[in-house]
Amino acid sequence: MMTTTIAGRELQVNEEGFLTDPTQWDEELAGVLAGQIGIMLTDAHWKAIRFLRSDHAVTGQTPTLRRVSTTGGIPVKQLFTLFPKKPAKKMAYIAGLPKPVGCV
Amino acid sequence: MTTTTTLQEQPLVPDFGEEADTDRKLVIICSKGNLDMAYPALVMANAALGEGIETHLFFTFWGFDVINNATMQDLKFTPVGNTAMHIQQAGAVRPEMLEQIVAMDGHLWACKMSFDMQHLSEDDLYDGVDGVISAADFMDLSQDGQLLFI
Repeated sequence: MMTTTIAGRELQVNEEGFLTDPTQWDEELAGVLAGQIGIMLTDAHWKAIRFLRSDHAVTGQTPTLRRVSTTGGIPVKQLFTLFPKKPAKKMAYIAGLPKPVGCV
Repeated sequence: MTTTTTLQEQPLVPDFGEEADTDRKLVIICSKGNLDMAYPALVMANAALGEGIETHLFFTFWGFDVINNATMQDLKFTPVGNTAMHIQQAGAVRPEMLEQIVAMDGHLWACKMSFDMQHLSEDDLYDGVDGVISAADFMDLSQDGQLLFI
């Protein structure tokens, strides 16, 4: 188990830096994590992040892009605008969740 | 006397490849019209686009069934000749998988020769198809790309 210190908090992370303990996350931390990867959170970002959190709480899995789009109601194109290039992984990181493992 | 070295450690943040060159390109030739041969290309195209990789799908020969409006809803598995198939099934390409590829700026290209051989018009093809291109056009678009033949 690795830890890293961000914003004065000692966080449990995997070898890539994704949080491994969802309970260490809160919305204030999300803003800091987003800043680490160059994203300034807007209401549109928050809609996606909150969907990831609530969906993960129910299914125990990080939703894939497709699921964020079909179930979360945010078009894939918009996700690419909000979280450029690698939206699935970037959303997961900011939401303090593991990378999604689903293929579609 | 002991010296304490204080390292100002950088926090561990995932590498999303922002610094890496972003000109990776994937080109998938879809030459089969069986349902089980259509899906691998669609799933991998989705994955590639999700990773920020420029992606092109080139539909040729039997692969045309995947983007032909008349056949895309009726692609089939067959148990014949495949011992791993234990039940007979039929199915459709879920148009939303093609939609998602297009939404992620993936490109769908139709093979000119197959198009001509089947006497099709552009109206026969799935809406998201970028164009009907020749083998030579394909050589241009696949330049410097990584190629998958399915």
